Amino acid sequence: MNNEPLLSVFDLGIATVQDPRTLVNSVSFHINSGEAVGVVGESGSGKTLSALTILGLLPRGVEVISGEIIFGGKNLLNLNSEELRQIRGNEIAMIYQDPMTALNPVMKLGKQLLEVIASHDGINTNSENQVRDLLSEVGIPDVNRAMESYAHEFSGGMRQRIMIAMALLLSPKLLIADEPTTALDVTIQQQILALVSDARKKRNMSMLWITHDLGVVANLVNRLNVMYAGRIVESGSVEEIFRKPKHPYTAGLLSSLPTSTGTNRERLTSISGVPEKPWLVGNSCGFAARCSRAQSRCHNEIPQLVSKEENSVACFFPLGSK
Amino acid sequence: MRNKEEKVKGALHYYLQSTSGVVGAVLVLLMVIVAFCSIFGITPYDPVEQHVENILQGPSTHFWFGTDEFGRDVFSRTLEGMRRSLTVSISAVTFAATLGVSFGILAGYVGKWFDQLVTRISDVFFAFPAILLALAIVASLGNDWHDTALAIGVVYTPIFIRVARGPVLTVKEMDYIKISRVLGFSSIRILRKHIFPNVFAPIVVQVALSLSWAILTESGLSFLGLGTQPPTPSLGLMVSEAQPLAAFAWWTLVFPSLFITIVVVGLNLVGDGLRDALDPARRSS
Repeated sequence: MNNEPLLSVFDLGIATVQDPRTLVNSVSFHINSGEAVGVVGESGSGKTLSALTILGLLPRGVEVISGEIIFGGKNLLNLNSEELRQIRGNEIAMIYQDPMTALNPVMKLGKQLLEVIASHDGINTNSENQVRDLLSEVGIPDVNRAMESYAHEFSGGMRQRIMIAMALLLSPKLLIADEPTTALDVTIQQQILALVSDARKKRNMSMLWITHDLGVVANLVNRLNVMYAGRIVESGSVEEIFRKPKHPYTAGLLSSLPTSTGTNRERLTSISGVPEKPWLVGNSCGFAARCSRAQSRCHNEIPQLVSKEENSVACFFPLGSK
Repeated sequence: MRNKEEKVKGALHYYLQSTSGVVGAVLVLLMVIVAFCSIFGITPYDPVEQHVENILQGPSTHFWFGTDEFGRDVFSRTLEGMRRSLTVSISAVTFAATLGVSFGILAGYVGKWFDQLVTRISDVFFAFPAILLALAIVASLGNDWHDTALAIGVVYTPIFIRVARGPVLTVKEMDYIKISRVLGFSSIRILRKHIFPNVFAPIVVQVALSLSWAILTESGLSFLGLGTQPPTPSLGLMVSEAQPLAAFAWWTLVFPSLFITIVVVGLNLVGDGLRDALDPARRSS
């Protein structure tokens, strides 16, 4: 076990090209080899953009303005497109939110999975078996028939399993999961979570799990980064964050989760107001407008992520402090 | 390849369910056979041979479609003309489809300045009336059949650029293309194996329709005296030559016109049939 993290993101900043609007600001986190890390945040908090930056697939009109992304000793931001392509799928793979449109409708499944191998290692006599094994590992019944079927013949849950198989096919070192369970119903969600969790442990694969649902990641990841308005506001071990959140936003998120111990008549708490646009925050804490603990300092200064005990938090008046 | 066979069988099955498709296919097949008769020389007479003793005879057992003002057999000439028309239009559409589809798909996929460039150039070509542009090109190139084919091909290329580019813009934003990129597929692989098959259907339909337009354009050019040159027959040229005779020798005009109509209607029906057979949404209904 070396101490070098598998992936480190330093001070990542992302902004639109025209009429520059900052979307992600000084985001830093790391993933050790074999570790699962979660990124939690609301829509528009910059979590998906950060993940796409790792893969070098930022949408048009958006660019990286600062920072580095070190993966396996190389800064991914300095690689050319062919070098990045070699890494994608092979060393870093990703599963997407919506499995319904994620498979090519006119290509048979077996062929589609073989495409992944063909675009990296090249197909050999064993490739088809490799695909079969993985399909049965992710729980596809009647693999032989499935290989000859088209995407529309599968349900959403099955398609997500197929997507996972596609991503795992070349045994990547890092799997990025962008809310892969949001489009599925709750029972299927649990099955997929268990599946990914098992597959990850079996391969000692690192994982970056992006979600807006704290409940999903609780049992899945080791460490958690909470993002708000384009910045990481709290970072630490899952246990610690769930037990005593320090940032008022994290606390708000947690208290808005339904608990199994509460009476069912209890109303869920919500955070008042709407999330601030990252580029409108300016020189203040992004959460200040919605925060009950905010004081004048919060409106005039950006809190930096500082380490207190195990967890770091970006707040001037964190919870649990005097 | 078993997979390919199955795919073809599946499409054929749906195609045969469409009435217009079947009728169109029969008509086109008939005209192709007609053209082949001429290729293998199975015409009753030499199409340019003049039977001076039989000038402007009506249809009879000797001359099925009658004879023209030089005593040439209209039936033989119609077969020969069909062959010319099909050769020119197939060559022209092959050229237009290959060039147009390649550029259209690339423009849609690459986007940015390349898309702008290709779209603008095809807009310029679109701005000219088809027949006028073809006329200008033929006039500057010459009168050989391949010059006519090239001229018609150039005129139809922008249509294929548009037909291919549009669906690519939609398909490239689909999740499965994004995932192909996420999983490190090369651009060439994405274009060839994931985008092209998904935009294939409208292109095939366009090919069938363009073939019929190309036949009309070729006939038009010949009619105007810039396509096939006499005495070699072409359907358009025959119609043009028959014009002053129409009042007293209707057969010289009617038969070549009829053949043009049959092949154009046939190809249009084939286009309809293909559209029905290749569109999954129509299939399921």
